[in-house]
Amino acid sequence: MRQIFDIHGGIHPPERKDMSNPGWVRDCDMPSKLILPVTQHVGSPARPVVEVGDIVLGGQMIAEAQGPVSVPVHAPSSGTVTAIEARAVPHASGLTDTCIEISLDGRDEWVGFEGLDNWRDETKAALLERVRLAGIAGLGGAGFPTAIKLASDRDGGIHTLIINGTECEPYITADDTVMQCFAQQIVEGAEILSHMVGAETVLLAVEDNKPEAVDAMRQAAEALEMAEVVTFPTKYPSGGEKQLIEILLNAQVPSGGIPADIGVLCQNPSTAIAVRDALIDGKPVTHRITTVTGRSLKDPGNRRVMLGTPIKELLDTAGFNADSADRVIHGGPMMGFAVTDLDMPVVKITNCVLAPTRTEIPPPQPQQACIRCGMCAEACPASLLPQQLYWYARAKDQEQLERHNLMDCIECGACAYVCPSHIPLVQYYRSAKGSLRETAKEKVRSDNSRSRFEARQERLEREAAEREAMRAARKAAAEARAQAGDDPVQAAIERAKAKKAQQEAEQ
Amino acid sequence: MSLMHVSSPHVHKPGSSVEQVMKQVLLATIPGVLVLTWFFGPGTIINIVFGSALALAFEAWALWLRAKDYKMPLRDHSVIVTATLLCIALPPYAPWWLIAVGIGVSVLLGKHVFGGLGYNPFNPAMVGYVVLLVSFPLQMSSWTEPRGIGEVPGIVDAFTALFAASSYDAVTAATPLDLFRQNSGMLFDDLMQSKAELTGPIAGLGWDWVNLAFLAGGIWLLRQRIFTWHAPVGMLAALTICAALGYDDGSSTGGGSVLFHLFSGATMFGAFFIITDPVSSAVSNKGRLIFGAMVGILVYLIRVHGNYPDAVAFGVLLLNFAAPLIDQYTQPTVYGTKKVEADE
Repeated sequence: MRQIFDIHGGIHPPERKDMSNPGWVRDCDMPSKLILPVTQHVGSPARPVVEVGDIVLGGQMIAEAQGPVSVPVHAPSSGTVTAIEARAVPHASGLTDTCIEISLDGRDEWVGFEGLDNWRDETKAALLERVRLAGIAGLGGAGFPTAIKLASDRDGGIHTLIINGTECEPYITADDTVMQCFAQQIVEGAEILSHMVGAETVLLAVEDNKPEAVDAMRQAAEALEMAEVVTFPTKYPSGGEKQLIEILLNAQVPSGGIPADIGVLCQNPSTAIAVRDALIDGKPVTHRITTVTGRSLKDPGNRRVMLGTPIKELLDTAGFNADSADRVIHGGPMMGFAVTDLDMPVVKITNCVLAPTRTEIPPPQPQQACIRCGMCAEACPASLLPQQLYWYARAKDQEQLERHNLMDCIECGACAYVCPSHIPLVQYYRSAKGSLRETAKEKVRSDNSRSRFEARQERLEREAAEREAMRAARKAAAEARAQAGDDPVQAAIERAKAKKAQQEAEQ
Repeated sequence: MSLMHVSSPHVHKPGSSVEQVMKQVLLATIPGVLVLTWFFGPGTIINIVFGSALALAFEAWALWLRAKDYKMPLRDHSVIVTATLLCIALPPYAPWWLIAVGIGVSVLLGKHVFGGLGYNPFNPAMVGYVVLLVSFPLQMSSWTEPRGIGEVPGIVDAFTALFAASSYDAVTAATPLDLFRQNSGMLFDDLMQSKAELTGPIAGLGWDWVNLAFLAGGIWLLRQRIFTWHAPVGMLAALTICAALGYDDGSSTGGGSVLFHLFSGATMFGAFFIITDPVSSAVSNKGRLIFGAMVGILVYLIRVHGNYPDAVAFGVLLLNFAAPLIDQYTQPTVYGTKKVEADE
């Protein structure tokens, strides 16, 4: 048994995971249309390569990656492109973004795929390109382009690959279900991933509240010698990348760094499967397993959903009662954001759509004064002092916010969960982080202008000095000539005199 | 349906509220108050009831003056906690005006001039207490003799005392700390044997039980996770160490035994109910440990070398000044900012 370690803080919110019946997955009904945002990942948006009126097939690339930190988008079924325009997309700030709308023809015709017979023979660059072209971005919810994550090669390389099946958010059972149903594919994916990054150890991490997933993973892991299933006590937010690394390896990712800095790579189980499918079957990411749950649904559960399915249609297939809900949450109750428009689509990062009733998740209580009780500091997994950050955020004291490591906040919400004063702490931190980033950018800009100004100043001074030097040189030369007796003015006068004398002589 | 646009987290710990925290603090004072009542009669309870009513009135007035919403602050019980803590510290059978001045100072000068709940740099109850102690030393030292139920003043007497024109003339007695303070010629053990008030099993009749009761309430609060162990342990450990170092086998000029200090006066009440006030203390656990320890040292020094018999209030107020400074130097190590050993 591998020794595990504890993290600071953490909370035990009611899990409510049984509601979505983990371990069972059904196909979501085919929606009438799909809305596919060109940005379903972190990074620059993909560029549409289809036009309105085009007929597309399932698996066809409809938007290509633009720039290195970007992934393409593929059509999840066959149909006609009916619109390319800005629509509401899942985002914490309720933004709109360019979306490709496809009206499905219901025939579900697909392009052919070509997998690799022997991926071990390929170069790492070729494998990375395939991962990128398959449109894979962290399916756990972060959405970071997987190829970039796999390519980040720091000194010393990667020694440990962690498949993060912690799923510590309440309600969500998507990873649990994937682990129970597709354990073998996860282990195959893990094998490919470890080959690509050169990891010697594969840790399949599962919280101890998912015994069925643990069993399935143990069984599948027998096929891979370097793999080991590790379980640890259920506590939120053990599934945070940084927290999980501390639990498993007793090591901390340096502030501002990434796991690769200490030789670790974390991947979500579904991402591992997507990598496996991309290389062995040649299939891009077009579907995902999403938990649809909450007491406003008659038939909650895990669904295999086409990307682009409007959340409204997904909820309706689960028996949504709109009257009993006053919010719909994209993601889990701790870190998810409220959906502002039910036409918003399911995207690559949509691990859960939660439709609670008003009694299940009541409206937030009015905020009271902070009494500095410190319960937040006891709950914070990053050992921050949330009560101090709150004061400094309100005071807009950027120096103190930086000194108190605001940027190391992972926004898990444990502080706000325990706060007796019902202060929406995370909201304050998000906004303060935004200002800090803005200030940092501003500083870069002003540093640039300053250095430009200084360079110009220097150039002007240099030019002035050069002019001065030339003038001085000319003057010196003139004086030298005068001293040597060939003063040009004197010579001219002499010449004029001589000329005058000659003219007089001629007359 | 209209979609509510709220920020994460969407769920909140059930039952976690300021009101709940304050309620638990109030509940935890019950054992101590009951023991005080057993030995000194109903004076403390009457203090608390009268004081709380006044405090609510002052709070409402202050909120009205500041044009603030008064419903929530009046419901959060925080002002009742302030009043209760002050009234426990006052002598039983204090005249009404003494309580009124104390509560007024606590609520208005201790709390609202700084912006109300959460904004006060000093412990409001202790602000009120110190103002009274400095202004009305006679009334503030008129503790009745601890006797036990049946021999203490009754309810009627207590009410008479509250509104009496002159101060209550029941048998008052010096507290053990007073006697200790005034002692100059007796060995510590002889002193402890000399007066009825001092012949309790540990530190004087009644007072050890009072301290044990507040200790019990405090441990319950600790188990309820209302505060962490750091401040109380810091204070009690520092007081223990100081008393142990200062104990000279009980000469007449010595510092008194460890047990005497731990179970006298306001030691346990201070350790678990006063220095644990989160608003005015240090914020980090390390900071709270230092905060508590400094209070412990000050309590010992003032008790043994100062002019006042007890010192929790002074100790706490002095450290309230120091809390921001302590915070400055006791920031916990944040995840990922540990110095890597390999770098050395």
